[in-house]
Amino acid sequence: MAELNPLLKVHNVETAYYGRLTVLRGVSLEVPDGRIVALLGSNGAGKTTLLRTIMGLISDQPEKGTVEFAGRRLNGMDPEDVAALGIGYVIEGRGIFPELSVHENLQLGTYRRRGAGVRADFDRVHGLFPILRERQGQLAGTLSGGEQQMLAIGRALLMRPRLLMLDEPSLGLAPMLVREIFRAIAGINRDGTAILLVEQNARMALSIAHTGYVLESGRLVLEGSAQDLAENPNVQELYLGVTREPSIKGWKRYKVRRRWA
Amino acid sequence: MVQDMALLVQYVVVGLAVGSLYALVALGIVLLYRTSRILNFAHGDLATFGTFIAFALLTAWRWPFAAASLGSLLTTAVVGAAFFFLVIRPAKESTLLGKIVITLGLALVLQGATVILWGTGTKILPFPLSDIKVYRLGQVVVSQISVGSFAVGLALMGALYVLVQHTRVGLAMRAVSQDTVAAQVLGIPVKQIFALTWGLASALGAAAGILLAPATLLDPYMMLDPFLKGFAAAVLGGIDSMPGAAVGGLLLGVLEALFGGYVSVKFKTTLAFLIIIAVLVVRPEGLLGREYKRRV
Repeated sequence: MAELNPLLKVHNVETAYYGRLTVLRGVSLEVPDGRIVALLGSNGAGKTTLLRTIMGLISDQPEKGTVEFAGRRLNGMDPEDVAALGIGYVIEGRGIFPELSVHENLQLGTYRRRGAGVRADFDRVHGLFPILRERQGQLAGTLSGGEQQMLAIGRALLMRPRLLMLDEPSLGLAPMLVREIFRAIAGINRDGTAILLVEQNARMALSIAHTGYVLESGRLVLEGSAQDLAENPNVQELYLGVTREPSIKGWKRYKVRRRWA
Repeated sequence: MVQDMALLVQYVVVGLAVGSLYALVALGIVLLYRTSRILNFAHGDLATFGTFIAFALLTAWRWPFAAASLGSLLTTAVVGAAFFFLVIRPAKESTLLGKIVITLGLALVLQGATVILWGTGTKILPFPLSDIKVYRLGQVVVSQISVGSFAVGLALMGALYVLVQHTRVGLAMRAVSQDTVAAQVLGIPVKQIFALTWGLASALGAAAGILLAPATLLDPYMMLDPFLKGFAAAVLGGIDSMPGAAVGGLLLGVLEALFGGYVSVKFKTTLAFLIIIAVLVVRPEGLLGREYKRRV
């Protein structure tokens, strides 16, 4: 992996809400160009906070540390400028505009672009998610959860990002839809877009990711190739649901958490 | 019988002419509310200020009427956008209520500036249309100025509709009003969109002020009543709905004219507000609004 330049480089980032409530405590991670990086962790670990920090959505944060994208420092930039540099961010809960049509939602993905290639990219998104072409004129708020997720991803793709950050794309979706979404994500990556994937569904995430990190209570406790992570007994126990000694599971879980912290 | 009919039509026509101006005021309020959730209490004073700018351009600078109006709209738009950048934006950490109180402050500042620059005396805005010259359609009489202001009001509403519904910037405005964060992460320059909204809303107010000036005469408090009416019209139509603002304004104008004509001129405003209360009891979100339901 050393031969690949990190496209996104997060170095020792500490983020606090309202300047007091520290959520991230010295997080460092890298997303190499053209790779899929999975960020795993339970509820409240700080995954979404990390993505929001990268985008510049939390004002005056990060408190410490740096975020670099393609060699440029992002600290202190406005979210719209971060986005314009080439980071697509699909927020948790999708962030679609419910009272705009599907087509209008997609159009907004091209807001910072001019002319060339827009048509072709629309075709690409429609090819990836044919349902979006069928539902073009419909209000986005009337779409099902899975369709909304496809819309959100398609819209982000129309920005032509170099890095796509996805926050819980599987949230609230039926297993079949989850597989379809993940197939699409892998396809997007094959076309050259780097992906930072935040997921609670560790099995799905690790099945398409190249590398992964595990975040616990604002600290990175584990990193490695997707395969290493999938074979790690702690990850298996906590995120993949593999149990070895069911009788003392609760106690083990507690001890494992202590060991990581 | 025919006479009664003609009288009714007469009242409705007069009401529509006044109502189109209420609608313009209401649209400015609603436009800003939809994008930023801020109720702009300085809307009336921005409009007054803009009308005085037009007055200055017409009298002291001797600009032709169209140029003076355009100059006034642009100046007011710049004042509105500047207010966003210089005051509202730096106060972004304050609560919504805080921002609304800030607009009250702007109202007082603008009122003071208007008094200092032009005094408290009543002035007359030289208006190219006359309210003495009338057109007759059967037994219905319409003054030139009513026709003119109604036409201009409708044209401005139409232009606003096209801008919001059929342009790229309008699409971005609608997106920002629905989900600011989602718009930001798509690279939509949210600050500029907000500034544009402030500018547009202020210019709409100035347009309403100029059209109202022949009827109300020109003084620093001329927009007090029209602002309240516009606000009421916005609430009547649904404070988050632009078609609602237009319908609310026209309806309020007609209701006032009917009551003033048939019952009592003194209490025409009172009745109009009673009807608004009645409508809001039945439909709390306003005639075409949706917000109330969504928030519950």
